[in-house]
Amino acid sequence: MPDFKSADNLIEVKNLKKYFKTKKGMLHAVDDVNFFIKEGETLGLVGESGCGKSTTGRAVLRLLEPTAGEVLFEGKNIVDFSFREMREARKNMQIIFQDPYASLNPRMSLGQIIAEPLLINKVFKDRLKVTERVKELMDTVGLTPRLLNAYPHELDGGRRQRVGVARALALNPKFIVQDEPVSALDVSIQAQILNLMQDLQDEFGLTYLFISHDLSVVKHVSDRIAVMYLGKIVELSEYGSMFRDPLHPYTQALLSAIPVPKMDVPDNMIILEGDVPSPVNPPEGCRFYGRCRYRKDLCKEKTPELLEHEPERYAACHFVNEIREKQN
Amino acid sequence: MSNDLLKVKDLSIQYRTDEGIVRAVDMMTFEVSKGETLGIVGETGAGKTTTALGIMQLVPDPPGEIVKGEIIFNGENLLEKTNEQMRKVRGKKISMIFQDPMTSLNPVMTTEEQIAEVIILHEKVSEKEAYEKARDMLETVGIPRERGKEFPHQFSGGMRQRVVIAIALACNPELLIADEPTTALDVTIQAQVLKLMKRLKTEFDTSMILITHDLGVVANICDKVAIMYTGYVVEYAKIRDLYTDPLHPYTQGLFGSIPSIDEDEERLNPIKGLMPEPTEVPEGCPFNPRCPKVMDICRSVLPIRYEAKEGHFVNCHLYYDHNETEK
Repeated sequence: MPDFKSADNLIEVKNLKKYFKTKKGMLHAVDDVNFFIKEGETLGLVGESGCGKSTTGRAVLRLLEPTAGEVLFEGKNIVDFSFREMREARKNMQIIFQDPYASLNPRMSLGQIIAEPLLINKVFKDRLKVTERVKELMDTVGLTPRLLNAYPHELDGGRRQRVGVARALALNPKFIVQDEPVSALDVSIQAQILNLMQDLQDEFGLTYLFISHDLSVVKHVSDRIAVMYLGKIVELSEYGSMFRDPLHPYTQALLSAIPVPKMDVPDNMIILEGDVPSPVNPPEGCRFYGRCRYRKDLCKEKTPELLEHEPERYAACHFVNEIREKQN
Repeated sequence: MSNDLLKVKDLSIQYRTDEGIVRAVDMMTFEVSKGETLGIVGETGAGKTTTALGIMQLVPDPPGEIVKGEIIFNGENLLEKTNEQMRKVRGKKISMIFQDPMTSLNPVMTTEEQIAEVIILHEKVSEKEAYEKARDMLETVGIPRERGKEFPHQFSGGMRQRVVIAIALACNPELLIADEPTTALDVTIQAQVLKLMKRLKTEFDTSMILITHDLGVVANICDKVAIMYTGYVVEYAKIRDLYTDPLHPYTQGLFGSIPSIDEDEERLNPIKGLMPEPTEVPEGCPFNPRCPKVMDICRSVLPIRYEAKEGHFVNCHLYYDHNETEK
């Protein structure tokens, strides 16, 4: 396991595992994942559906109990926390969900939804102060206070997502997991929400884990990016170097497959064969073996570890250097 | 032009709802020639899918109704055809791929049965020949023919979409309408499907209408593009003209909203505000409340289609007025 120790790390995730029992066997949704997030930065977590990115996001907050591993928040392992300690810790760790239609209670008004975290944690004794804070939060996320008594069904997707953001901000957290926060939105609305999240980060010094399948969005918001494939992180590095010169063959294929909205873009799409294999009882060896253009016998036998190949650039592939030489 | 396979003129489709009349598609005009691919781009509720359903005459009536316009396909107006005649067109001359490969296949029929069904319906072949052709089609889209005996749930999302494509192409249609064919797919699978569609386009010389919200997909596969907003086409051009010189402020806003893959930008430039409710489309240009270049005239007069440059049409007063004063 790489040594990520640094004083600036707000989050350190070590050997995180989350398995699910299924009829067919153990589903390795998250399998020995390691990463860190520095204070004030955005770590993007990308991958295709079923790769375990959402499960990772939830396991980090213990919304799903990890099967094994550690999650250090400000140096303390929250996996060992009691219920009471966890409730206290969650004030600093919030989440924004993908589907703004499903993540808001249809029978609560916006005022009630945003006030709920304040009431549960008994932040204010005075109810008037709660309302005041709710209005302030609505203003912060760009919702008119006129909507205080409106219900979610009266709002469009973009405004609903703003409610989700306001709710996440209510307790002044340090860390927010954003699980596909803009996937359900049209591009023009998506851009508004992305700009809002950026402003909030600047204003409150927030740290984000940004989970998405959309690489151009991830690149836009992230300082560093982790690429997941079938429960494992295959590459972790600063966004610019990753897009210029991806190390892992999966990242290379993934980046090449994005259709670019421009003319005269050379068609260098690397078309991967087949589909992502099943995460139930995965075999030993590299998870990408079956679809990799550069596979060798070793890849089938030994699982590659996430190693630092250049300063702050990690990849889990036995042949990073060889593949690079071949490409140059 | 004589080589236009499809010519849609002033097509208007309305839905009658309790809240009032929704003009889902209004004064839509476009052409698709043989072998050409037209992209129709717009956000949710812009009228893209209704346009496709209109061409196929599958607009649910009630509440929907085609109130005006012509759909000339191979020189014949489809709107004058009877239901009986239309049934011979659908699946044979024009076929459609729907967005969601999970729900557009029948879960209790094998894939080869579903492909053979179209062939038996439209072509004078024996059942045996139809099944043989069905399995050929599976191979064409890159699925081993033995898997024809399997049911949709045994396939992954990308493979299901290939089956849907095989059904759509089984009778070698002249026009293929694909409604968000890759939206539900992951990016590496999307790349596979796009490559397949490009190959089929050249192999079968099929004309295509590709409905999408993804300007990247359009750049990858289309020859022409129509940008839709609240039921209107606001800009219509060859893709090179549109991507190198987008004229309509809405089109410019769309490009400003997409994060770039190959450049760094600090902030996105989104379009302000929201798309209006379909029953409350503003007077004048429907985009005027959100337009950064709005003028007085935009609030009262609906801009008409105007050829700003050769083959590059835009519905915007900016260009129309500009031209008037120059003259």
